[in-house]
Amino acid sequence: MINVLYFAWVRSGIGLDQETIETQATTVGALLDELRARSPRHGETLADIAKLRLAVNQSFVDLDAKIAAGDEVAVFPPMTGG
Amino acid sequence: MIRVQADDFDLGQEVAALRRGRSDIGAVASFLGLVRDMAPEGSKTAACDQAMTLEHYPGMTEKMLADIEAKAHERWPLQASLIIHRYGRLLPGDQIVLVACASPHRQAAFEACEFLMDWLKTKAPFWKLEEVGGQGQWVDARESDEAAAARWTHD
Repeated sequence: MINVLYFAWVRSGIGLDQETIETQATTVGALLDELRARSPRHGETLADIAKLRLAVNQSFVDLDAKIAAGDEVAVFPPMTGG
Repeated sequence: MIRVQADDFDLGQEVAALRRGRSDIGAVASFLGLVRDMAPEGSKTAACDQAMTLEHYPGMTEKMLADIEAKAHERWPLQASLIIHRYGRLLPGDQIVLVACASPHRQAAFEACEFLMDWLKTKAPFWKLEEVGGQGQWVDARESDEAAAARWTHD
């Protein structure tokens, strides 16, 4: 089980702020592929990886980062704070 | 020290607290970020019809701000530092962010403030939703912010 969190327009695009996923995916990239297939909203919102940032357990990662059961994965747009 | 909060803050009180009880500090530099009036020039949209909502990633925000602050202390001889970032719904003129750095001499304090802001902009998980006339729109990240952050990574 992976807990996936969404923020900003990724959250509003998918219509969820988080969901728990049963997955065999071992990398963030493979997990994203599975997420895109969950619904048309997922597919559309997560289509362009260049517009997304990824974190595993609250640290920034790339698509090839490993994931394991119990991890917290977050998907969000580039940050606009400050 | 870092704080992520919905509440407003007072620059004078924060800087006073930063240097309280110490006489070894020679310089305090600070940066205060504010919500700007976003209505296009000449627009009839009154400031009262505008707002900005800051969303963040609780947990990761604090972690990233603490990391960024630690990096500043590795790089400059800072005696104290403070980052306050607000979240929630803010109005034009409201304070969003405060960065303050104390050091024996001014250059380190100035540079560390710039570094903290540049890194915070691209590494701290905050997102701005602008509302103008009832319409909400997520603010796009700016390439100039990426460039500003990148200039500190030459070492």
